[in-house]
Amino acid sequence: MTRPLVLHGGRIIDPSQRLDTVGDVIVIDGKIAHAGPRSGIPDDAEIIDCTDAIVSPGFIDVHCHLREPGREDVETIATGARAAAAGGFTAVCAMPNTDPVTDNQAAIGFVVRQGQKANAARVYPIGAISVRQEGHALAEVGEMVGAGAVAISDDGRPVASAQLMRTALEYARTFTIPVVDHCEEPTLAVGGAMNEGIVSARLGLRGVPSEAEEIMVIRDILLSRRTGGHIHVAHASTKGSVELIRWGKDRGIAVTAEVCPHHLSLTESAVEGYNTNAKMNPPLRTAADVAAMAQALRDGTIDVVATDHAPHHYDEKEREFADAPNGIVGFETALAVVVTTLVGAGVLDFATLVDRMSVAPARIFHLDGGSLARGRVADITVFDPDREWVVDPTQFLSKGRNTPYAGRKLRGRAICTVVGGRIVYHIGAQGH
Amino acid sequence: MTSPLGKDLLALEPLTPEQIGLILDTAEPFKEISERAIKKVPTLRGSTIVNLFFEPSTRTRISFEFAEKRLSADTVNVGASGSSVSKGETLVDTARNLEAMRIDMVVIRHGASGAAQFLAERIESNVINAGDGTHEHPTQGLLDLLTLRDHFGDLRGLRVCIVGDVLHSRVARSNIWGLQKMGADVAVCGPRSLLPNAIAEFGITVFDRIEAAMEWAQALNVLRLQLERMTAGYIPSLREYNRVFGVTRERLERVDHDVLILHPGPMNRGVEIDSDVADGPQSVILNQVTNGVAVRMAVLYLLAGGRPELAETAKSTPGGDR
Repeated sequence: MTRPLVLHGGRIIDPSQRLDTVGDVIVIDGKIAHAGPRSGIPDDAEIIDCTDAIVSPGFIDVHCHLREPGREDVETIATGARAAAAGGFTAVCAMPNTDPVTDNQAAIGFVVRQGQKANAARVYPIGAISVRQEGHALAEVGEMVGAGAVAISDDGRPVASAQLMRTALEYARTFTIPVVDHCEEPTLAVGGAMNEGIVSARLGLRGVPSEAEEIMVIRDILLSRRTGGHIHVAHASTKGSVELIRWGKDRGIAVTAEVCPHHLSLTESAVEGYNTNAKMNPPLRTAADVAAMAQALRDGTIDVVATDHAPHHYDEKEREFADAPNGIVGFETALAVVVTTLVGAGVLDFATLVDRMSVAPARIFHLDGGSLARGRVADITVFDPDREWVVDPTQFLSKGRNTPYAGRKLRGRAICTVVGGRIVYHIGAQGH
Repeated sequence: MTSPLGKDLLALEPLTPEQIGLILDTAEPFKEISERAIKKVPTLRGSTIVNLFFEPSTRTRISFEFAEKRLSADTVNVGASGSSVSKGETLVDTARNLEAMRIDMVVIRHGASGAAQFLAERIESNVINAGDGTHEHPTQGLLDLLTLRDHFGDLRGLRVCIVGDVLHSRVARSNIWGLQKMGADVAVCGPRSLLPNAIAEFGITVFDRIEAAMEWAQALNVLRLQLERMTAGYIPSLREYNRVFGVTRERLERVDHDVLILHPGPMNRGVEIDSDVADGPQSVILNQVTNGVAVRMAVLYLLAGGRPELAETAKSTPGGDR
């Protein structure tokens, strides 16, 4: 029996019960015992002063790459889970493009066990759609779900075959899990290094047109309409994708979508100078796309913020642009990028931010958490919405240093992360 | 950094018209050196220059080498094959090793766009871009400008059309920026599958038909059509390309004014350009090659200009009083 925990005197924002009040959150035996105006504090409680901070249901990242097994030199499940906790995430969903691919129940079980050992943010595995992510044979989805998989995806290897995607959407219905697609029409995207447009034309880099994403977004939405399966669009990045997702939602089709902090805050011009830390897939797009993503997140067309946290080795990014790998780390900057870019600009209020980073991810991926209602699991994020800090990648808990935000002054920072009633991150406690 | 060009020459896009004009003006006296019996001045004596060619090149490499030797620099040629590059060494390691040998300049040709800038940001030596991927080939752009200026006297208002595979052409980009900055009117002409989708945003005219381009232009810069563009499916066949976009005598004769013909080489005779045009009276293709050496001498000279130990020798050379 652990001591009760009291998160005292913060602004409690819990959109799951339309709560926005100053008060206490009391945790007993890993569950929420109280969240609201101050009431009696248990005698032996550990008290965390949350004055001037926001206390919310824990953030959940439905899209990340933890690299284990296979590339433990760039991230492990343990380092990733600790970095996530430092970013305010109480749970993350790990993509299956590991080596070997996480495409069977044993591999799923490995991720679950490593996640438990990490003793930080919860780690939920996402299983592969196809065996070895090769896009041919459906993986053993039922067994993977039995072992702990919360979704399936061939992320990193987009599903080219419409027939396979159809089958996956149909088959996944039995298990009530989303099918997550990295929407990219492969023949249009081949060899592409950045968004196709004036910047790619000037830099002499091969571009990926926005249509490469949009063609697959509408394909998947139509297949969802046909099958009734839940399609979740990973890292939507274009204005056109937003319009197509809105079209699908207006018709009651089971489509949800995520957007990454970088697609809300940076444009293709970040690539100027051949900055490999601005290279990701989908690529950074135009200012019009960024504005559309922000509005779509506000109005709910885009359901959640997800990081697509993708650590790479320093040497791999320190090379010619076309040869550098895609992706950036995101756990430890996501909250601050969203606060600085969207809350600061008046696009999002904090209640909507908490919804998109906690309540909605829990709902659409059917995960515990996402609420401070009495009796729910005590996964809680405490963040200082006003704290300014300068991004210094050498201070990341992630092994990855590949971020386009290095040196940027951002606002908003997680100060305490609670998972199952236990504090897994407390700013200052780890040398911060 | 006292060089009027800065440390490196990586692209024409960031240069000012004054900087481009300075290079062209500086090239003029250097032309004369190549006409002498003894084609050598001591300007860069004691400087070491590495010609780092990761892609095969004959014309550009030889042109740089002559420019360096005529300025008395010590030069080393490094190719991709036979060097540690072929053993998997990264570009950054290659650069650091060269730097450790205390060199003064690197001339780099590389298949990746941005490779020259990547190198320049990581070593203290001057870096000259001799072509990076499909980005820029600034000295080619400069020699094209010099050749046009030689012929027309002034680049302002000059109507120049770049013909062919603009999408994959570093020559095209350097020409577009250089010509625009010097006040010329720029157009491109080619199959849309070989033009950047965003070409209109460059602020230039686009001709879909070569006949209309010729009617408009005072000069055509005809790009080499890489033969692999056909196998990659950008165009159906070389034969059809010549029939639709080829710069032929027949087409030139239908135009009622003279059209100057440039080509960066190497030519595919009978594909993008017919032999009787390439060898004809309106062709300045060999003048381009001659000017290439002078322009590269000018660039080497100007980039080295910041180094005080060269000041004495520079005084005795053409361009030294600039």
